[in-house]
Amino acid sequence: MQKPAHIFIDHVSHMYRPPRGREVLALDAVSLEVRQSEFIALLGPSGCGKSTLLYLIGGFLPVEKGEIRVDGKPVAGPGPDRGIVFQHFALFPWKTVRGNVLYGLERQGMAKAERETRAMEYIELVGLHGFEDSYPSQLSGGMKQRAAIARTLAFDPKILLMDEPFGALDAQTRGLMQMELLRIWQRAPKTVIFVTHDVQEAVLLSDRVAVMTARPGRIKTIVDTKFDKNDPDIFKNKTFVEKVDEVWNLVKDEAIKAQGKRSA
Amino acid sequence: MTKTLIRYLPLLLLALVWEMAARFEWVSTTALPPLSDVVRAWIELMLDGELLRNSASSLYRIAGGLGLAIVVGTILGIGMAWWKPVNVLLAPIVEVFYPVPKSALIPVTVIWLGFGDGSKILLIFLGCMVPVTIGAFNGARASEQVMVWSARSMGASKLRVLWDVVMPGAMPELLNGIRTALALSFILLVSSELIVAQKGFGYLIGSLGAGGSYDAMYAVVLTVAFLGFAADRAYLEIVRRTLAWRSVA
Repeated sequence: MQKPAHIFIDHVSHMYRPPRGREVLALDAVSLEVRQSEFIALLGPSGCGKSTLLYLIGGFLPVEKGEIRVDGKPVAGPGPDRGIVFQHFALFPWKTVRGNVLYGLERQGMAKAERETRAMEYIELVGLHGFEDSYPSQLSGGMKQRAAIARTLAFDPKILLMDEPFGALDAQTRGLMQMELLRIWQRAPKTVIFVTHDVQEAVLLSDRVAVMTARPGRIKTIVDTKFDKNDPDIFKNKTFVEKVDEVWNLVKDEAIKAQGKRSA
Repeated sequence: MTKTLIRYLPLLLLALVWEMAARFEWVSTTALPPLSDVVRAWIELMLDGELLRNSASSLYRIAGGLGLAIVVGTILGIGMAWWKPVNVLLAPIVEVFYPVPKSALIPVTVIWLGFGDGSKILLIFLGCMVPVTIGAFNGARASEQVMVWSARSMGASKLRVLWDVVMPGAMPELLNGIRTALALSFILLVSSELIVAQKGFGYLIGSLGAGGSYDAMYAVVLTVAFLGFAADRAYLEIVRRTLAWRSVA
């Protein structure tokens, strides 16, 4: 397995230029350091630029101001050291679950026998055994996201970027998927950056929560949320409840600000 | 099977009405020879090889023109969706060329390439390229950013993404455009052969009509109609298989 990476974000600003209308400052001098094997959540109201920051780390958008380095090397475009999982899955609808998972392995030039074994291994890991020959259109939302996670984990990126991955799922499925992700991550810790606007989700999953301000996005505070998450009754756990409360109080003002800006 | 038969029953009724209208001389037999005479004329045309010879050259022209249009149109359409400069260069040309009645180009293609296959292939190519280009363009433009990004993060090069993500994503729209092109190719073929040609369906229809062999002329018209229909059905079957992933749910 690849050694988890270290990410260094230094004074990154980003202008959003819509095809029509004037440009908006989406991110304003964001600095953040993500440690090896750390699970960090980017939490903030919608429109705060948290996804933009994720896309910059992924290399999908160019870093115009400031610097992002992964293991000391500046980011220049996407690469298989950084895998990404999107809210709406982004599976290839013309490929089966197996075909989707195999795609990344093919692009890495892995030998056929090896990649077949590896694909099945990850399909099983996310609990999709028996569905490997199904097309995405035949799967439920939760199953699609499992397939997308298997596809990304299979090519073993050093960093896992997750863009509100459970945001499109119903509440029960979301709860199950959170537990599952925690289980997978505890088995094989990668450096994870997890974008969400759900406070409970952020506290439950991550070691640290970076709370972002309403637009233009800045890092407001970083809250340490590392404690034992294996309590079966975690949602009633005292530490958990207190942390959720603390983070919620930090993000509340920003959410209100973001609302006000939108209705103005 | 029975369902298909019942579905096409109205055609049988139409044939019956045709035969009766001609036999009982409700209409002039010059304008509409009895269907049974048309069938007899068709068998004769087949037996002396005339129909097969002309079919072969017509189908060759369609295959050439349509084949070229599919290849070039797909490349142009995806190019326009993917590279701004290609779009800037080609969009106005496609826009202006789109509404031109392509049959107006028949004399032009004849001046360029003569009376033979070349002018027909060129005409079909030019006419059919338009719907193919537009289909490929619309399909490729709609390709999802997140899918492209996913492929890139899995190590696919930009060119590779074009082939692995943009092409299959554009397929439904592209195949639709090709279907329009297929129908158009028959129209352009026959009209160009009617005007200037020494062989082909259009030539045969024109010369039989001029010689007064109306039953034989109808036989050729029906042959073209049937071929056009069969081509469309066969094409839809190909589309159904290619896009099987869409209808499995």
